[in-house]
Amino acid sequence: MASEVVQLTRRGFGQTMRRDAWWIQPLVVFIVLAGFLVYATWAAFQNKFYAFGNYLSPFYSPLLFSDSPHAWIHGGRPSWIPAFLPFSPALLILPFPAGFRLTCYYYRGAYYKSFWADPPNCAVGEPRASYRGERFLPLVIQNVHRYFLYAALVFLVILSSDAYKAMWFFNRDTGRQNFGIGLGTIVLVVNVILLGGYTLGCHSLRHLVGGYLDQLSRAPARKKTYDCVSCLNRGHMRWAWLSLVWVAFSDVFIRLCAMGIWHDVRLF
Amino acid sequence: MKTAVFRIWRGNAAGGEFRDYETGVSEGMVVLDAIHHIQATEANDLACRWNCKAGKCGSCSAEVNGMPRLMCMTRLSELPLDKPVTVEPIKAFPLLKDLITDVSWNFRVKKKIKKFKPRPPDAPDGTWRMQQEDIDRVQEFRKCIECFLCQDVCHVLRDHRKYDEFIGPRFLIYVAALEMHPLDTEDRLEELRETQGIGYCNITKCCTKVCPESIHITDNAIIPLKERVVDDYYDPLGWLWKKMRRKKGSGGS
Repeated sequence: MASEVVQLTRRGFGQTMRRDAWWIQPLVVFIVLAGFLVYATWAAFQNKFYAFGNYLSPFYSPLLFSDSPHAWIHGGRPSWIPAFLPFSPALLILPFPAGFRLTCYYYRGAYYKSFWADPPNCAVGEPRASYRGERFLPLVIQNVHRYFLYAALVFLVILSSDAYKAMWFFNRDTGRQNFGIGLGTIVLVVNVILLGGYTLGCHSLRHLVGGYLDQLSRAPARKKTYDCVSCLNRGHMRWAWLSLVWVAFSDVFIRLCAMGIWHDVRLF
Repeated sequence: MKTAVFRIWRGNAAGGEFRDYETGVSEGMVVLDAIHHIQATEANDLACRWNCKAGKCGSCSAEVNGMPRLMCMTRLSELPLDKPVTVEPIKAFPLLKDLITDVSWNFRVKKKIKKFKPRPPDAPDGTWRMQQEDIDRVQEFRKCIECFLCQDVCHVLRDHRKYDEFIGPRFLIYVAALEMHPLDTEDRLEELRETQGIGYCNITKCCTKVCPESIHITDNAIIPLKERVVDDYYDPLGWLWKKMRRKKGSGGS
């Protein structure tokens, strides 16, 4: 791997002979991801309007500490959290799904381009001459992705349970829970389907369920699982974006219903 | 007859410039046809490497309108011909003349990769048995025609020139083809991490985008290799799990 043969002029930031609008894709990624980050951070700090009847916002699920009937532990802010720190139940749980997306192989490639211009797009000049990649700190930490996957799988189960609970409406006349479907139910079910498509198509999961084996034919169940995950993995980018937008929309829907701005429609 | 202007890089390692050539365009033409026409009529000394003209030899790699492509597989009907079509040599390797570069670095890299080391034969006649489903995954990587477009577009080589520390996407799929082979027994993960620099890949998928054989380089080769490196170097729970299984296995036998 001798380097003495290499002699080319390095192109400056944004320099390219490409004729297409190469900047549109990273710009759109930047706008959508930055918009999501700003909204999710704002929503997480609000600590109100996160539940409406039997609907619970996915940003606040699992609701660990709260006075809400959705809470796992009733009683609001726990005493062990220092008083000077801002508190919201969302702040306790959001680092896990956030870490899952932050270390996701697809998002990594996308945000390295749009946030760090490393490179801005294929065959387009970069702003920096130095490069460490994911070989050294800090980005070598991206290798922790599979641990966030484990957390994301647990969240998927919890959000599925929330979607199920969104099908049971309290009947004031009888004092019992009745099965029903509202717009919010559909929003939360779609949310679980999209998050499921994204999480279950994860590259790390694909490896863990069988990708690490060289002779999958000896493990037919693993082979089948590997094929299923691979099938979802082929559309990983689509699942990633759809689930990201929909999870934010789910929070918007429940928030606006709780604020009385939007009204949930009960289909039956 | 419709015409188009081709802005072709002319020069060598010492320097050069773009020169414009106008040539006739007919239905079904590819960039390589235009280059040959220009060679035959206007620039007899234009240096261009080509062989099969069918997208299988990987010789005519160049950058057409700024994107690494095979000239023989780039139809003129796909390009906007109202502006000059730029044709340049690939950027990741040293220029020899006009559109020809010295790609010999790649062959030196290949020699350093640990060779295929099969397990002992399965049958007394010295043959092996494999299942098609086990070899399917590897066969995708065998489609590589070594056009080195992926090496060219990879910013680790193209912009950061990590030639001493990174082997590039072409050889990562070569390693993947060996490492995932059902008969292979060699372990290449230490080299992959230490000297072949898989950690430098930041998954921009540009290599996949330019591959004329549509090999899913990033998803099917590089990321699975990264995951195997994680197994060995960055996953403490994985080590524990493996240790426990080994212990259980040895106790049982």
